[in-house]
Amino acid sequence: MIRLQNIHKSYITGTNKLHVLKGIDLHIKEGELVSIMGSSGSGKSTLLNILGLLDNHDEGVYTLNQEEIKAMSETKAAKLRNNLLGFVFQSFNLISFKNAMENVALPLYYQKVARKKRNKTALEYLDKMGLKDWAEHMPNELSGGQKQRVAIARSIITQPKIILADEPTGALDSATSVEVMNLLKEINQSGITVIIVTHENDIAHMTDRIINLKDGRIESIIENNKINSKETIRVPQE
Amino acid sequence: MFDLDKWQEITAALKKNKLRTILTGLGVMFGILILVTLLGIGRGFQNNIQSSLGNFATNSTVFWVEKTTKAYKGLPRNRSYQFTNDDLEVLKRSIPELQDIAPDINGWSGNATNNTFREDKKGNFRIKGTSPEMNNVNPVEVTAGRFINQNDLKEFRKVITIGPRVQELMFEKDEDPIGQYLKVNGIYFRIIGTIKPLSRNMGMRDDVLQMPFTTLQQLYNQGDKFRVFLATAKVGESVADLEDKIFEILARRHSIHPDDRQAIGNFNIAKMFNKIFGLFNSIGFLFWVIGFGVLLTGIIGVSNIMHVVVKERTKELGIKRAIGARPREVVGQIINEAVFLTTFAGFWGLVLGVLIVEGIGKMTEGDPNPQILNPYVDINVAFIALGVLVLFGVLAGLLPAQRAIRIKPVDALRYE
Repeated sequence: MIRLQNIHKSYITGTNKLHVLKGIDLHIKEGELVSIMGSSGSGKSTLLNILGLLDNHDEGVYTLNQEEIKAMSETKAAKLRNNLLGFVFQSFNLISFKNAMENVALPLYYQKVARKKRNKTALEYLDKMGLKDWAEHMPNELSGGQKQRVAIARSIITQPKIILADEPTGALDSATSVEVMNLLKEINQSGITVIIVTHENDIAHMTDRIINLKDGRIESIIENNKINSKETIRVPQE
Repeated sequence: MFDLDKWQEITAALKKNKLRTILTGLGVMFGILILVTLLGIGRGFQNNIQSSLGNFATNSTVFWVEKTTKAYKGLPRNRSYQFTNDDLEVLKRSIPELQDIAPDINGWSGNATNNTFREDKKGNFRIKGTSPEMNNVNPVEVTAGRFINQNDLKEFRKVITIGPRVQELMFEKDEDPIGQYLKVNGIYFRIIGTIKPLSRNMGMRDDVLQMPFTTLQQLYNQGDKFRVFLATAKVGESVADLEDKIFEILARRHSIHPDDRQAIGNFNIAKMFNKIFGLFNSIGFLFWVIGFGVLLTGIIGVSNIMHVVVKERTKELGIKRAIGARPREVVGQIINEAVFLTTFAGFWGLVLGVLIVEGIGKMTEGDPNPQILNPYVDINVAFIALGVLVLFGVLAGLLPAQRAIRIKPVDALRYE
């Protein structure tokens, strides 16, 4: 599904050049549940942004769904994001003046789905999240967990192949974090590839594979079976 | 256009900071209001001038007697003379370019006391000697009966045509003045027609009494003399050339030195008309420039605000792009907002402007000597203005919109 070969990315701020990703090689198969871990500044968010076509890489080959991602028009990128990817953010990123249902329906708006139909679909997805009764509520009337569930509903309404979650539990308490993680796992079980960026060990440990980043390089990759056999667990310290 | 989501986006964005939206809208509204009002008033000025010029022949010239300034043929300088009816005949015969020539003679108005009587009614009216030719140069509209003709002139008939004000004062509403008599300066005249002045030049007014100029000369003991006349050139002929020829003949006939141009007063009305029209075109142009400038200021205000709005909403636009909004949808949304704001505000400016112009029209309606006559807003101008507004709305939105999609989605998402 996702194949990265020698991906480099640097940011230029004024006269300084910050080399964030220093050659990432990674292969994520369809249907995997993967977490990317690392301390702040390790490049994990940058990697996710590149995977999500929100940012472009400088060097290397990125193949997404058998298609090489090179310099492409924003229009093309927007279309790929809309059809192939779903985003879940730490700060939820709901549109404040739209109610829960409208927020969930928004990706379908960009697919030119008729209003009635997309609102109906949005309601179904909200129902799956147990939020049907909150459909007409505005984001500021929802709790953090509810907001994140709305965001998750929004991310899967287009039936994407990949969900990219950037610290999805970062703003939630531990109980809701578990709920959200369970939702993401369920989504994964329905066949969607889920990639979670996190710096929380217990979150990472709920995934099949942990990719540890350090200073722009992959330090280690820990497979699920090894996660569960205690002696191989190597938890990166912050 | 009637996509509910689009409207929701527009209203949500504009409602976010109501005061700012209203102030920006006011800028555009006043812009279009001032443009429309200026154009309407300009039109009123022009109407007024045009109505006072009326159907006055534009290719005309006026001559009047002055005193000679040069001694000639044994005659001293500073000598007075008068034109004669024979002059008219000679000029007509010898100048082929001459279209019409008509003496302009004013009668005695009775020293501002009443000069006209009928039964128990009386009034002070402007008496003018006229001719059929005069009606080609400084025309009136005959509203009933007939105008003075050549036979009236030849036979010194005591007939008059009366202006609307005379009819109003000397007759009851349901009375037919034609065939009735008016006593003017002690002499009875039969009314042969009612007229309406088509210009306000050369003393032409609503309270005018016109009689054959020959009758006027006879009654006031002026013989065959007069002091002022109007002449027009045939179509395509130069008024200046005509003036030269008239001067030459008159100078010879009245023993005036051929170089003594000051002895015969002369004014080229054609030239004046061109100047006035030129002036009004410039004023009209100036009004456009001012109005347009004010409007532009308003539009720039909108563009400015859209810049701020886009900046404020960078994150929201980033979210939308992350979930699949294409650049043209982002740009379209911002332009929609700008167009909506300008058009909405502009529409009300237009409505208010039209109301103001109509109000001015109502206020000046009864004025007998108006500065502004029938101001109105050309419907085409209104539509052009609205079209320009929509166009400028697009432009006002375009720049900020370009900015909104130039930043990468990832930066937009991070923006706080």
